[in-house]
Amino acid sequence: MTNDGRPTHIAVRGLTMAYGARVIQRDLTFDIYRGDIFVIMGGSGCGKSTLLKHMLGLINPAEGDILYDGRSFFRASEAEQQAMRQHWGITYQSGGLFSAMTIAENVALPMQLYTRHDAAEIADIVAYKLALVGLDGYQDYYPAEISGGMRKRAALARAIALDPEILFFDEPSAGLDPISASLLDQLIVELKESIDATVVMVTHELPSILGIASNSVYLDAERRTMIGYGDPKQLRDHSEEAVVRQFLARSPTADEEEKVTQ
Amino acid sequence: MAHQTPGFQLLREDQDVSHLVLTGDWVQGQSHGDFTEIRTELMHGAANRLVADGSALGDWDSVLMAFLLQCHNHCREVAIEFETRQMPAGVDKLLQLATTVKAHQPPATGKTSWLHAIDPTRALQNLIDELRESLAFAGEMGIAFYRLLLGKANTRFSDFWKFCYQAGPDAFAIISLTSVLVGMILAYLGAVQLRQFGAEIYVANLVVIGTLREMGVLMTAVVMAGRTGAAYAAQLGSMQANDEIDAITTMGISPVEFLIMPRLLALVAVMPLLTIYANLLGIVGGGIVAGGMGITSLQYISQAEKALALSHVGVGLLKSVVFAGLIAVAGCRAGINASRSSAGVGQAATDAVVTAVVYLIVADAAINIFFQQMGV
Repeated sequence: MTNDGRPTHIAVRGLTMAYGARVIQRDLTFDIYRGDIFVIMGGSGCGKSTLLKHMLGLINPAEGDILYDGRSFFRASEAEQQAMRQHWGITYQSGGLFSAMTIAENVALPMQLYTRHDAAEIADIVAYKLALVGLDGYQDYYPAEISGGMRKRAALARAIALDPEILFFDEPSAGLDPISASLLDQLIVELKESIDATVVMVTHELPSILGIASNSVYLDAERRTMIGYGDPKQLRDHSEEAVVRQFLARSPTADEEEKVTQ
Repeated sequence: MAHQTPGFQLLREDQDVSHLVLTGDWVQGQSHGDFTEIRTELMHGAANRLVADGSALGDWDSVLMAFLLQCHNHCREVAIEFETRQMPAGVDKLLQLATTVKAHQPPATGKTSWLHAIDPTRALQNLIDELRESLAFAGEMGIAFYRLLLGKANTRFSDFWKFCYQAGPDAFAIISLTSVLVGMILAYLGAVQLRQFGAEIYVANLVVIGTLREMGVLMTAVVMAGRTGAAYAAQLGSMQANDEIDAITTMGISPVEFLIMPRLLALVAVMPLLTIYANLLGIVGGGIVAGGMGITSLQYISQAEKALALSHVGVGLLKSVVFAGLIAVAGCRAGINASRSSAGVGQAATDAVVTAVVYLIVADAAINIFFQQMGV
């Protein structure tokens, strides 16, 4: 693990996730360091989004805990949880923009709730945040009136409204064409560096994983636990698990190394 | 091109091996033998290997493949080796493709007989769950309302005005229509009976009391349940499907304060006004019918005035507030609990209306009994 002496930001400890009696994943234990771009990966249906929802505190774990800066989220009081959440920026799989509000109102909402800026200041900051994602001028459009890629970027603008410490992305580039997807990746990297945030994202877009991630966890649907943890480029070349190497090399059968040993 | 009827023969080669010889054209529209037939034979024969022989096979399509897959699966179940021989090119490949991933076994869910539906313990359990959930929801509403009074709630008044407009002025047309008609129906109903005693003039009393205490508010509530309650459920349901409710929660805002409170308050504010409007039109509707029965409008108005009492108006308005709360709660709860799909949104809207109408009727009966006992 290469954390260059950076402190742990998010610690997942012995997490077991279940819907009723159906266990999705068990015994997940890993660290996300400050400044990481951390990717949660795995095949379809392995519980990536469920893990993200646990990290966001939307679902309570069956067992285990998640710590932010050493403080347990699930054992914190509701007020403390809200305080922790104010330092998070989140985009959802379908954007999660409020469809009844314009883009500007969407981006402004967190600031209206948690800052003391007046309306004119908020409007200026909204214009700035939208300019960062290349959407200045779209303030008065409704989410339904802009394209899917623009919605993703608008959601990103809302996520960075309060200069969060942690950015969560659920499938940020899913459904985008390769060029838009790579532009979005670039944007995420640049924003992350400029606001000095930790990024956690769920994705199975290989170019994103290998291009920008610094740390990752691989969830296996069959064994219902994590079978890989670390820098995805390292995992691709040196993971002990054939499945992880196959996933990252995008080959459906045994990879080269495997064939030689057989 | 004429197809030959498909068929098969099961030949026992020796102690261990059975041969399944396929003949004819295994294509759509040709009836082939029943698989159960082979199954019984295999069970009796107890061979260790089944060889499907395609040497005499004509045309084939998915019909053949479906048959072979059934053979394959059955053989796997009873631990018989299955192989194909001299099959046309493609068949083996397709069969391999179809059999690489084993069929998913849904977890056993226990047997459910039709008696299960009327099992009293299960019904009781459901009722308890439902009550507990309702109570929790009511508690959340209470907390949100308390915070609203303290001025700490994240309820936006711009939303409140928007929902007031949607629930109020937008509903005028349909409320007008239903109230006038209900007033007329009441008048007809009463006039026919009262005429037998020569007491047609009391139609005015019947219409006024009936509308103010009962029909005006109930019809308004039913219309609003269908119009606004269903709309609330659909709005919140599609927000759920679009991750918007998650976004609100993770922004540190209570969805109850942010989404439900403005809707609930708007409906509670608007319903009494709509009820007053509906009452007026209901009485007018009654007057139209009374006019047709030979009662002059002056007579009708003066008789109506005698029947008018503040308590009747009060009962109607009190009901309207209670009904508004019930409609909003039923609608919002159905929406928040909707499953994340377009089908879920439709189901939520249906649930909202059905629950709201049941709530309305139960609450109406309870309020009537209460006032009856109180003598109001």
